[in-house]
Amino acid sequence: MLCDSCHERDAVVELTTIQNNAVHQLHLCERCAAERGVETTVTPKHPLGEFLHDAQQQLATPNGEGLRCSFCQTSMADFRATGRWGCARCYTNFEAGIRELLRRVHGNHRHVGRSYHPPMSESMEQSAVLGELKDRLRRAIESEQFELAANLRDRIRVME
Amino acid sequence: MTVDLSLLPDGGVGWLDASGTHSDIVLSTRIRLARNLDGYAFAARARDGERLRVLAQVREAVSSVPLLREAVMYRLDELPPTSRALLHERHLVSKELAGLDVQHPLRSGAAVFLADGLGLMVNEEDHLRLQSLRSGFALQEAYASIDKLDRDLGTRIPYSFHTEFGFLTACPTNVGTGMRGSVLIHLPGLVLTKEIGKVLTSLQQMGLTYRGLYGEGSEVVGNFFQISNQTTLGRSEEELIDQLLRVVGHVVEREAEARRVLLRDAGYIIEDKLWRAYGTLRYARSLTFDEAMNYLSGVRLAVGLKLISSLSVYTLNKLLIFSQAAHLAFAEGRALTESETNLARARYVRKALEEEAGSVG
Repeated sequence: MLCDSCHERDAVVELTTIQNNAVHQLHLCERCAAERGVETTVTPKHPLGEFLHDAQQQLATPNGEGLRCSFCQTSMADFRATGRWGCARCYTNFEAGIRELLRRVHGNHRHVGRSYHPPMSESMEQSAVLGELKDRLRRAIESEQFELAANLRDRIRVME
Repeated sequence: MTVDLSLLPDGGVGWLDASGTHSDIVLSTRIRLARNLDGYAFAARARDGERLRVLAQVREAVSSVPLLREAVMYRLDELPPTSRALLHERHLVSKELAGLDVQHPLRSGAAVFLADGLGLMVNEEDHLRLQSLRSGFALQEAYASIDKLDRDLGTRIPYSFHTEFGFLTACPTNVGTGMRGSVLIHLPGLVLTKEIGKVLTSLQQMGLTYRGLYGEGSEVVGNFFQISNQTTLGRSEEELIDQLLRVVGHVVEREAEARRVLLRDAGYIIEDKLWRAYGTLRYARSLTFDEAMNYLSGVRLAVGLKLISSLSVYTLNKLLIFSQAAHLAFAEGRALTESETNLARARYVRKALEEEAGSVG
């Protein structure tokens, strides 16, 4: 099938839109889809996969031009227009560029001021430990290790 | 709904009381910290719902923070423009938070918590802008209280923090410590002796910067300068405070020296000039904001030089704030045109000076 927009290239994307309560279907080639802001590459779900995906995109466009933040969709062009990043994740997604930018702005890119640990990390750590203890308790009961089970249950009670 | 400033213990202007050190030269000291909550887009990029959730989360945290337990909260997004302008003129909220900046329309969830000398703006450019405001030259005291507030809040709300870059902010110029210390200082002596250019250049060479009365983007009027640190990354909070303390301390000495020189070498010219400024404020029937600021600058210098006695620095500080457009409209109880504002300003200044006139001379 040919692209509904340029009628030249093969259509690879099926775009469904709803306008004035009517459903429209368009079959687009990759380039025409990109022009309408439709992402055609599949973003992997794995966190590391996301990082690799971003790195790959950065390599494909040396100045990170085509890259958008995976969390807030801010692009380099948005940043250049406003001088503001969209979210904390931008600092990871545009890390290399930001490091250079900070060096130019502050003459440095390394924070030496007060350090900080978010409160969530402690409770998340605690819930991870709790989850593991509960797993071990279940296994202890299944294997009829009652002494160990009683011990684990006591530890869980203390934490809860 | 309008703003009820009587809810604030000192009307939010305790920093004007001229009780701090060097209060004849330094009006106030302010330290602000920029922080963002983890898990949300920054305020300008966030959706309405996200900003409201940020506010709800902050509100809950604030209720258990001792320093803010008595704080008054104003929802800027529920106040009319006149009330927002009033809070801005008192230096309690930024122009951006007040939605008075044409580039930044008023945001949903824009709010401020105000307690004695402390403020917490929510949904400004960053989710949180903590600020500590003190009378006179008091950097270390201001930092001690803002640091305490920051640590208390930070255990209740997860801030966005990066091990290499520090506290993350919307604008890269605030990243790292997120800290901007600024000292509002009156430098008529250095302006009159034409030393000011050299002083400002040397500030910039030392990584400091200066702005006008209302911070970023505001013009210098009435010889009032805000001196602040430019960089926020690569140095610790203590180092930044220490440098500001040393440099501003030096500027204060230079200003005091310039005033001594003026009095010694041009005594009667200065005396005449300053009394004329007083005379204008005392009798003028119409005053623009810039005019009022410039004459107030002269009278302030005269008080500092003890040429005019018994007129308090506190009265002069109050005039700076209460002779602004939104305050005059508030006092008159109606919207004023520009010329009406100028008439109201002259009337207000005249009355304030008349009340202290008996002992002036």
